[in-house]
Amino acid sequence: VNFGLLFDIGLCVLLLGVAFAAIAARELFASISLFIGFGLLVAIGWVRIDALNVALAEAAIGAGLTGMLLLNASARIEGAAQGRLPVRLLPILLCTMIAAALGWSIAELAAPAEGLVPLVERNLPAAGVDNAVTAALINFRGWDTLLETVLLVVALIGIWSLGEDAVWRGRPGLDQTVRPDGVLATFGRFLPPLGFLFGAYLVWVGSSAPGGAFQGATVLAVMWVLMMVAGLSEPPSVGSRGFRWALASGPLLFLAMGLLGIFHGGFLFFPPNFAQEMTLLIELGLAVSVALTLGLLLMGAPRRPA
Amino acid sequence: MSSALVFGITGAGLIAIGLYGFLIRRNLLRQIVAFNLISSGIFLLFGALGARSLNGGSDPVPQAMIITGIVVALSTTALAIALITKLHGQTGRAELLDEREEDDD
Repeated sequence: VNFGLLFDIGLCVLLLGVAFAAIAARELFASISLFIGFGLLVAIGWVRIDALNVALAEAAIGAGLTGMLLLNASARIEGAAQGRLPVRLLPILLCTMIAAALGWSIAELAAPAEGLVPLVERNLPAAGVDNAVTAALINFRGWDTLLETVLLVVALIGIWSLGEDAVWRGRPGLDQTVRPDGVLATFGRFLPPLGFLFGAYLVWVGSSAPGGAFQGATVLAVMWVLMMVAGLSEPPSVGSRGFRWALASGPLLFLAMGLLGIFHGGFLFFPPNFAQEMTLLIELGLAVSVALTLGLLLMGAPRRPA
Repeated sequence: MSSALVFGITGAGLIAIGLYGFLIRRNLLRQIVAFNLISSGIFLLFGALGARSLNGGSDPVPQAMIITGIVVALSTTALAIALITKLHGQTGRAELLDEREEDDD
């Protein structure tokens, strides 16, 4: 008996069940809680198919950050819709057909090919890092990652632009008053030092082992948000010029490194002699600016004056 | 039957479940949950296809693209939630109206 396969089948049944429960739950809060649980279960799935970098990203970003955003919004939108999931025949038919077509096409695929694995292995020495996923993110598919970091900043600008006129350029979040010996105050002091250390470790280790700028930045961002929610750190005002530069610094650094590549062969081409240093520099720059951007994405539009 | 195939089919199932929720639920936050289930399904499908290689191990290029996808999904979710909060603040609703209903206003 193949116990690994049995475990995977059990996990997948659980995944489908929890996903359906998240859709079918009568209350919004239950739906969001189930969704967060679902994200952590998917992360186990990623571990099972040997994608540890994705597992970290899914647990931190897919389950953690998305869940926080949803919980925060559900608390602000009172009387959120409750109700049984309606049964509609035509959509059920449509969705079943889509699942069947996708499932059938996967099952019918020709024998597994080697894909891009040999190509990546051949080029890994020139990329300067040992973690193939980091090499793919920063080096082989640098365009994707560059545009992704720009997109993060654009999304933040979109959120800021939804602030009221009166608090334009103001601070996000509420004025926090925390009971000095309460759980939040204690937690807010106890957790960040450990969290910042772990986040920095994830960024650093990303060049040779699972981890990386985005996973590490998520941990850093959450610690920062915890400090802001616990009233230990005042959120920056959205109009602050220095802060805006800090947010843009990661993508700008990435862009500058990409432009340097033009002298060696093309945009976003990292010469093998310097690839390691350039990748590390980009990872560190991205980690800081992505952490700040993610933290402010969680805090939302400005809600009080600067 | 390999593990990669099991996860691929699960991805297909998740896409269908998410799509049903997206089509049926009217509350916008519930649609966001459904939207995120669809993206999880697509990522899992993609990742499972990248994990079918003969020599074991997972193809790193799809992994990198999935991590990019996860961050992009988060950015869209954050912006959508800000829009929903704004809509709720101005109209008291967290649902979109049908065009027919809007004519009645």
